[in-house]
Amino acid sequence: MRRNRFITVGAVAIAMTATMIVGSGVSTAAPARPQGIIVVSAAASLTDVLPVIAAGFEKRYPGTSVCFNFGGSPQLVEQVNAGAPVDVLATASESSMAKAVAARSVSRPLLFAKNSMAIAMPPGNRANVTSLRSQQDPAVKTAACAPAVPCGVAAAALFTLNRVTVKPVTLELDVRSVLGKVMADEVDAGIVYVTDVRAAGRKVSSIAIPASQNVTTTYPIAIVTSAPNPVGAAAFVSYVRYTTSAQGILRAYGFAKPW
Amino acid sequence: MTARRITSRPWFLVAPGLLAIAFLVVPLAALLLESPWGSFAAIVTTPTALEALRLSAVTSVAATAIAAVIGIPLAWLLAREVLPGTRALRALVIVPLLLPPVVSGVALLAAFGRRGLVGGPLYDAFGIQFPFSTAGVVLAETFVAMPFLIITLEGAFRSLDRRFEDAAVTLGASSWTVFRRITLPLIVPSIIAGGVLCWARALGEFGATITFAGNLPGVTQTMPLAVYTALESDRDVAIALSVLLLALSVTVLVALRGHYLRAARP
Repeated sequence: MRRNRFITVGAVAIAMTATMIVGSGVSTAAPARPQGIIVVSAAASLTDVLPVIAAGFEKRYPGTSVCFNFGGSPQLVEQVNAGAPVDVLATASESSMAKAVAARSVSRPLLFAKNSMAIAMPPGNRANVTSLRSQQDPAVKTAACAPAVPCGVAAAALFTLNRVTVKPVTLELDVRSVLGKVMADEVDAGIVYVTDVRAAGRKVSSIAIPASQNVTTTYPIAIVTSAPNPVGAAAFVSYVRYTTSAQGILRAYGFAKPW
Repeated sequence: MTARRITSRPWFLVAPGLLAIAFLVVPLAALLLESPWGSFAAIVTTPTALEALRLSAVTSVAATAIAAVIGIPLAWLLAREVLPGTRALRALVIVPLLLPPVVSGVALLAAFGRRGLVGGPLYDAFGIQFPFSTAGVVLAETFVAMPFLIITLEGAFRSLDRRFEDAAVTLGASSWTVFRRITLPLIVPSIIAGGVLCWARALGEFGATITFAGNLPGVTQTMPLAVYTALESDRDVAIALSVLLLALSVTVLVALRGHYLRAARP
């Protein structure tokens, strides 16, 4: 029974993927339409963009409703590995996703977006942050992510790549907490993703980091093995990865193509 | 003894009661079962764990001390209804007890943050910044834990037999002498009971701390924050640290309970 359902899910996923790649207007007579609630656990840096993509998805598949659980990627992986009733997992790094794959909690993740780092400052930039180098000054209070989460791995790599020694005053557990500390003007600078800077708009100032001195992270998305709504999960994963509409929204929010 | 001894065990009390025991005990048992005992000693002696433990000890004791110094007088003011609007005040000072800790953290940021009501002028004038400092952790812990001390002691002051104080006054003792020699000694058991409650709450503080003070090993990363951070990278470390924290609080509670808490009952 369970296996049967799983085979169906796989078939539906393949059929949908195929339709979407071909992109023709021909509707396939799929045995099961995605419907009902689809629970998506997603990295904090996807907080703004995924709900917009989900709105398009819900419009395309009436009767579906996408709910989100945003947080630090390793925590989401931990929850899924512990059997959380989640349908889709989207993390901010391949290494986080690899832990879910190793635990057989998800299968065959697809890369769907790429991000890089930027420096965010409170509006006005009173501490006069001009580069990563200026953050070496202990008077310049910097927030970054903890090394345990993807944005922290990226921040550490960024410091190493640019040969700077920055001692953050706080190591937050997801990138949105770093952004929050910057917006609240509690720190002078924060290492966040370029997409976070864009999402914050005028609530932060920012410094772009040239590509040659920057580090990137790629985002995988996968169907959770024990998904309560496998059909919906497969449809959502395909939608995010393959539709021009979803990919267009990702570009608009500053995410790059991972391929 | 006038009441008959109750020998029946009504199922409608026993069954839900047993369920409650299971509900409260099973997670703790699971924690102990899941604990990586083989590497336990190695995990809890890593520099990160030791720093978190030291920081938790220092901040929770400091928070309890501050709570005692200003909380005991407040409990007395409330018990003796010295101030106008005592009822409203009493409700107000226990609000942090009911608030979600993260809300306490946001409130503390609004008050003591770098742009906050009090924190703003402090920062502009002296460069003092509470967030991301150990002082900030103490502030957060005091804010959420002090109400426990206050409500415990207010009850103690209220139930105190005031004839002792009155006798001392008639014998010519000053109000300071009365408080120091009569009132305080009488409520020592309650001070300890309230202090332990307050300390335990401060030790367990997470939400207000991470929101207000941030998360940096050695500076603001207390044990609960270390557990949460470890969960992001290594579940075994998170469980081992949790077991340590559990053992620590149970040990202190049991030790003090035997000596003092029972005596605190009116």
